[in-house]
Amino acid sequence: MIALALPAQDSGTFTPPGIEELHLPAIIPWGAADGFSKQMLLVILSVVIIGTFFVIAARKQQLVPGKLQFAGEAAYSFVRNSIAKDIIGGRDFMKYVPLLFTLFFFILVNNIYGAIPLIQLPTFSHVGGAYVLAAIVYITWIAVGVRKSGLKYFKLATVPSGVPFYILPIVVPIEIISNFLVRPVTHSLRLFATMLAGHLIIMISGAGIEFLVMQENVFLKGASVLVLGGAIAMYMLEALIMVLQAYVFTLLTAIYIEGALHADSH
Amino acid sequence: MNQTIISAATEGGTNPLVPNPWEMLVVFAGFAVLMYIVVKYVVPMFEKTFAERAEAIEGGIAKAEKAQAEASAALEEYKQQLTEARTEANRIREEARAEGAQILAELKEKAAAESARITAQAHTQIESERQAAVVSLRAEVGTLATTLASRIVGEALSDDARSARVVDRFLADLENQNAGVAK
Repeated sequence: MIALALPAQDSGTFTPPGIEELHLPAIIPWGAADGFSKQMLLVILSVVIIGTFFVIAARKQQLVPGKLQFAGEAAYSFVRNSIAKDIIGGRDFMKYVPLLFTLFFFILVNNIYGAIPLIQLPTFSHVGGAYVLAAIVYITWIAVGVRKSGLKYFKLATVPSGVPFYILPIVVPIEIISNFLVRPVTHSLRLFATMLAGHLIIMISGAGIEFLVMQENVFLKGASVLVLGGAIAMYMLEALIMVLQAYVFTLLTAIYIEGALHADSH
Repeated sequence: MNQTIISAATEGGTNPLVPNPWEMLVVFAGFAVLMYIVVKYVVPMFEKTFAERAEAIEGGIAKAEKAQAEASAALEEYKQQLTEARTEANRIREEARAEGAQILAELKEKAAAESARITAQAHTQIESERQAAVVSLRAEVGTLATTLASRIVGEALSDDARSARVVDRFLADLENQNAGVAK
């Protein structure tokens, strides 16, 4: 991939970590594929963390909430009001709050893993999970549109109103491609690619620091401090992107559902 | 170009776009379990809390409004009572004034009647005294006239000087008599 051209010194050339490094050895190997991987463990752990936290936070149901309940309510209200209510709006939004809420915190926790020392691996740096979530959303919003408008929904979604008929042959294929083909792909790859790239950058920084510290040359050793500074900055940026991507994924889901619900007015 | 990258990556067995089906299964199962927990427990519990809280706040507002209404009703009642009391007081005062005026009028009337009675009595008395005086005077004048006449008759009424003397003497007697009476 990208070979960093660092001066070759006594200890040889710098070989940056590649995508191979994302495939850690299986924890419990079995015949097919990679066996039980770290990603799988992290997914299960995230379900336990999120489920436990919110069930405990919601269980007390006090009118004047304690700290834990308040935190849970704030998190829930954020998805409920700032995403579901603001985007979908009206009386319909409550139906989609569970999906949006689950998506947001599932992705958030699985992303934040990448910023936690020792865990240090965002689950969605493997594309499979992102495909699954995007597929769930894809099926959901098409189902919402069909339930709302019947098969006419596909016409509503692909034939924009108010366009002159002679442009339709160009517009309709574009709409079909952008809505039904490209949308799920970008939806999943956006999440996966940011997580993969972020993880790679952190890994490369780490490997670079290690490589420089191992050098005999004092100046090269010293230069590792600069890389460390850069690595910390990238780490902060990555932490931001992890939260942001969870938000973006959920927000787009809400926008797709809203588009399917109100296809006739778009 | 994409083709070369993908094929190059595939050769190394690490095409990042090819998913691991087991991982997809785990993510799907994990998501489904989490979704179940959220739908079954988390969302209903939070929504119930929110609803209860909204109800509590609205209930509080309703209670406050009720208290406000009660307070204003009580104020209205007090005001009305105060007005009634004032009216009552005015009425009593008016009555007292009227009663006083009536008493005064009665007293005046009584006094007038009394004075009229006294005046009438005095008139009667004066009249009876005058009557008595007239009677006694008449008797006395008669006596006097008789006396005078006898004197005149007793003396010879031949000369004017004599009769003049008789009259003078009579008058002097009368005067003396009067003086004696006055004494």
